[in-house]
Amino acid sequence: MTSSTGKSGPAAGTPKGGPRRGRVRAGGRTGPGGGVRAGARGRRAPVPVPLLVPALIGLAFLVLPLIALLVRTPWSSLPEQLASTEVWQALRLSLVCATAATAVSLVIGVPLAWLLARVDFPGRGLVRALVTLPLVLPPVVGGVALLMALGRNGVVGRWLDSWFGITLPFTTTGVVVAEAFVAMPFLVISVEGTLRAADPRYEEAATTLGASRFTAFRRVTLPLIAPGIAAGAVLAWARALGEFGATITFAGNFPGRTQTMPLAVYLALQSDPAAAIALSLVLLAVSVAVLAGLRDRWMTAT
Amino acid sequence: MTDTEKTAGEAAAAPDATAASEATATPKAAAAPGPEAEGLDARLVVDRGDFRLDVALTAAPGDVVALLGPNGAGKTTALRALAGLTPLTSGHLFLDGAEWDGTPPESRPVGVVFQDYLLFPHLTALDNVAFGPRCQGATKAEARARAAVWLERMGLADHAGARPRRLSGGQAQRVALARALATRPRLLLLDEPLAALDARTRLEVRAGLRRHLAAFEAVAVLVTHDPLDAMVLADRLVVIEEGRVVQEGTPGDVARHPRTDYIAHLVGLNLYQGHAEGHTVRLDAGPAITTTEDLSGPAFVAFPPGAVTLYRERPTGSSARNLWRGEVAGLETHGDQIRVDLTGELRLAADLTTLAAAELGLHPGAPVWATVKAAQTHAYPA
Repeated sequence: MTSSTGKSGPAAGTPKGGPRRGRVRAGGRTGPGGGVRAGARGRRAPVPVPLLVPALIGLAFLVLPLIALLVRTPWSSLPEQLASTEVWQALRLSLVCATAATAVSLVIGVPLAWLLARVDFPGRGLVRALVTLPLVLPPVVGGVALLMALGRNGVVGRWLDSWFGITLPFTTTGVVVAEAFVAMPFLVISVEGTLRAADPRYEEAATTLGASRFTAFRRVTLPLIAPGIAAGAVLAWARALGEFGATITFAGNFPGRTQTMPLAVYLALQSDPAAAIALSLVLLAVSVAVLAGLRDRWMTAT
Repeated sequence: MTDTEKTAGEAAAAPDATAASEATATPKAAAAPGPEAEGLDARLVVDRGDFRLDVALTAAPGDVVALLGPNGAGKTTALRALAGLTPLTSGHLFLDGAEWDGTPPESRPVGVVFQDYLLFPHLTALDNVAFGPRCQGATKAEARARAAVWLERMGLADHAGARPRRLSGGQAQRVALARALATRPRLLLLDEPLAALDARTRLEVRAGLRRHLAAFEAVAVLVTHDPLDAMVLADRLVVIEEGRVVQEGTPGDVARHPRTDYIAHLVGLNLYQGHAEGHTVRLDAGPAITTTEDLSGPAFVAFPPGAVTLYRERPTGSSARNLWRGEVAGLETHGDQIRVDLTGELRLAADLTTLAAAELGLHPGAPVWATVKAAQTHAYPA
């Protein structure tokens, strides 16, 4: 049993395996070179089997599909698949829209998070619930709701159209709106949590030095919670990048205009599975790159 | 507490510290302080659930007042109320003749040194100190120049570029003090300024802080639960218990004439309250104590634990007038001495040398006789 624990350590190539392996090695300091076995014995409490087995199944469940994706990738025809303009169009649109949606979320989401964390107003619990709702709402429902609000005949969209000539649905801007709607709650929740954990007395100290509440927020709170904002922004960005349901409902599926990568993948799967795999691989690579790029910053920040 | 007392506004500008044991020392608050009234004149009332803080404070420019009291007494609440971080339920707050109650903290001429300093971790020491001047409208260069002067004055010119986490406790304390002073406050507030330091740095920092406070020309109020900090740093002590002022006066005055168990314990005295008739004070609960003072009416009696002599057998030849029977409740080392807690006729603490304690064979539950010479007791009116 203990040996199987040891085996799972090095076998787990996911980031979670990192700290665990380190601990095993530290525990086995008495027997240098004793490796995994000595380390496993050095640990005081062995992992109980009823926890270990489901844990390993869970790990496999998460990792296996990704491995299968790599196994089935048509590596030989891959360059040619990826060279097509449609792929590049979709990828560029995805990156631009996800980034724009994240920017929108930052501009309006961070102040919202501050309001929820720092200002005690009646109905705060209800507001927090409303903010969190898009997190659990099926994205398709979100898309329908956006159409009802901002569509050509929507509650607000009607006025946008007749007064300003602005049409949101089935445009690239519509993609950004749909993605921001789905992704912003991730940012708000993450930033609000960081704000709650941050010591509000720093803001008090700033006010005793003559800073207005806004100056205190800008010059003290914002730098202090920057790591939390970065983490929330990455979460939101990743969520926006993968957004499917709300986008296709609110913005449609026009190549070059509103067809983002996830939509392209889904469409390709119907006609050309090899292309779908190639596209998926690109998205996977982007996700891994983001995770790897920001992991260090997260670790040192917290 | 502070009622109608007519005092000529200008004459009352300098509250006399020694007069504090009289109830008449505080009520100048109600007299309308004209613009010429310098310093601090406050009555702080804060209701919070079932806790009520009601404290009157007055101080002249240059005064250092220490709010001393046990945890939960309301000291920090009083400080926060002065800074504007906690709103007053009622009362008033005049500083140099102007009413500041209702003004938000950023508009008050107040500087605060927080207990754990709260230096902004993302700014250098210099920028921490420059933060206040910058908020007051100075340009970046001006603010930094002013901050550099303050750091220089604190002997920290070499650490201007350091982030707070790279500063030692004593250095961080001085940066916090510089940051508070850089806004040129008319009221400096210090919340447990030395509590975050270890014993050795404390000694140094206390001496430095004393110098800076002595040089500060406006009112300084510091909050502490450490009697030594209070006595070294302050000209006047205000002792707060359960949200009320129980005693105020000069450090020496308070130490010699404690009026509550808390202060008596802090300054290491046995304290009893009773009714004096001539040289005898009959305690409210317990025996009578013979003293040298001739008093009548309600009185306190105090004596130091070192004045107590213990015997295992009833002493026969002793001239002591005060002789009580008791039982050892506990023993603990206290410096190079043993402190013995006695129960019995009179609860008291006695200090013995280790040798004496060993010779007496003291242990919890041991019956003993305790004597105190009348000359070693001190009685004063309650």
